[in-house]
Amino acid sequence: MGKTFSKPEALSDAYTHYCPGCTHGIAHRLVAEVIDELGIRGRTVGIAPVGCAVLAYNYFTCDFQEAAHGRAPAMATGIKRVRPDLIAFTYQGDGDLASIGMGEIVHAANRGEKFTTIFINNAVYGMTGGQMAPTTMPGQRTTTSPMGRDVTTTGMPIKMCELLSTLETPGYIERQTLLNPKYIKKAKKAIKRAFEYQIAGKCYSFVELVSICPTNWGKTPLESLKWAEESLLPYYKLGEFKTPEEE
Amino acid sequence: MAKILMKGNEAIGEAAIRAGCLNYFAYPITPQTEVAEYMAKRMPEVNGVFVQGESEVAVGYMIFGAAACGERVMTTSSSPGVSLMSEAISYIAGARCPAVFVNIMRGGPGLGGILPSQGDYFQSTKGGGHGDYRLLVMAPDGVQEIVEMVMMAFPLAEKYRNPVMIVGDGLIGQMMEPVEFPDNLTVKPSNKDAWATNGMDTRGSKEKNIVKSLYLDPEELNNHNLTLKAQYERMKKEEIRFEAYNTDGDYKVLIVSYGTMSRVCKTAIDNMKAKGIETGMIRPKTLFPYPLQAVHDAAAKQSCKAVISIEMSMGQMVEDVERAVLGQKPVSWYGQCGGNVPSPEEVEEQVMALINK
Repeated sequence: MGKTFSKPEALSDAYTHYCPGCTHGIAHRLVAEVIDELGIRGRTVGIAPVGCAVLAYNYFTCDFQEAAHGRAPAMATGIKRVRPDLIAFTYQGDGDLASIGMGEIVHAANRGEKFTTIFINNAVYGMTGGQMAPTTMPGQRTTTSPMGRDVTTTGMPIKMCELLSTLETPGYIERQTLLNPKYIKKAKKAIKRAFEYQIAGKCYSFVELVSICPTNWGKTPLESLKWAEESLLPYYKLGEFKTPEEE
Repeated sequence: MAKILMKGNEAIGEAAIRAGCLNYFAYPITPQTEVAEYMAKRMPEVNGVFVQGESEVAVGYMIFGAAACGERVMTTSSSPGVSLMSEAISYIAGARCPAVFVNIMRGGPGLGGILPSQGDYFQSTKGGGHGDYRLLVMAPDGVQEIVEMVMMAFPLAEKYRNPVMIVGDGLIGQMMEPVEFPDNLTVKPSNKDAWATNGMDTRGSKEKNIVKSLYLDPEELNNHNLTLKAQYERMKKEEIRFEAYNTDGDYKVLIVSYGTMSRVCKTAIDNMKAKGIETGMIRPKTLFPYPLQAVHDAAAKQSCKAVISIEMSMGQMVEDVERAVLGQKPVSWYGQCGGNVPSPEEVEEQVMALINK
């Protein structure tokens, strides 16, 4: 009997530096499976963010660029404009994408750049050690909101899918999560669709994945999954926000 | 090829295209917006890429992404815009990607003004962004020379896998001069398969390429910086360019000046010569690497009693002139940086004051 389950070709043998219970590993694997299934590894360029996934270039087996904080969408724009035949994806966290890189992501989406963004939203800055992110929930304690996020001075959490969906430019925008196998299957479907739109040269594509960060949430992985389901999913609603077909 | 009359900013764009750069990203800023306007029209004609970015910050990274794919790429901006691009420039230098930046300098600091200036000497030659990097910096004195420098910049950026910065003052961007486009400066792009993220299929490889500036291991980062330093040292050996003007006679004063300011100085030198007063000048064409030896030797001449740096900044080049002269002769400064270009008469007055001191 042959192998029935193996590591995708688009993932390397490197051990990741991610914490126990972190969902980055699942997100990496889904992206890698999609790259394999679509047979695009040889023409794919990933762009690593600043944040926990800064070393993503070690974990994938396609070409990779390492961006500055928040600037990955501008780099992907550079790639796709000079080499439209390449497949480019940015892999960004919530601090990177929704805070310091807000300008780049909005304008890249609005120009309808033909690349794909995988947005990992775990409601906290991971790499720097648990600071408040634009997606941190009201009342959520972080190292820079030790009394809980005070929305009267820091505003409400930003919903990126909803925000990007207001742009008139055609695009594919979907939010899924990695909290259990049922959701994970849907997440993979969304990621695949996002890459397919890019391959077809159709539109900009954006998949948000609601994720967990046990280390910086100060919870066990199981508690984290539960908290995410109860606290994040009611606010960050799953589903398809926009498809290019609607327009 | 016949000479044509062209505005400096438009000539910059045309020169890039003729050097085989078909990728241009920019953000509008006075006094160089005409480059973007020219490229917006011209790039579609040659199947090239023109993108107006949302900010100079973003443009810097569009340049990075495109350069990392191994494509020839350029942007143009002016002082405040280059400050915003400086983050990306540091990353591009750290990641060892070739790219060409043109800064048509305006007065600063802050918003400053929109008139000609040379106030970004420090920014371009000593830093701008963070970390131990250098740019190869060229300073043209007119439209013809900026054309030649833009065309040279691409192969130079590829030779060193480093950004090249061309600094011209606003006058060079705005003035019209007859210009000839040399055909022989177009150099075939070098093969970048060894490092570029151009897709494994493109280069027929099974190994991925990574373009990055991150080295978490201290020894690795130190070695990376030593590699960069070796390139900068090589630039110092191979890329110094300068012009010596009227340095044969027995001059009492040596002027060091570059860009538009050096052309005013030439007029002053010619006028003084007509009156029997010899004045020599060294005009750096590269600001990094700096023509230290040329300035040193010209200052060493027995007849020379003083050296003066004349520039449209508050004396940012003086430190380099001093480090060339090494105390042999007194070094002073003259300049203006509000946007007015000092006149030949004002230059002459400064030189005469030194002679009569």
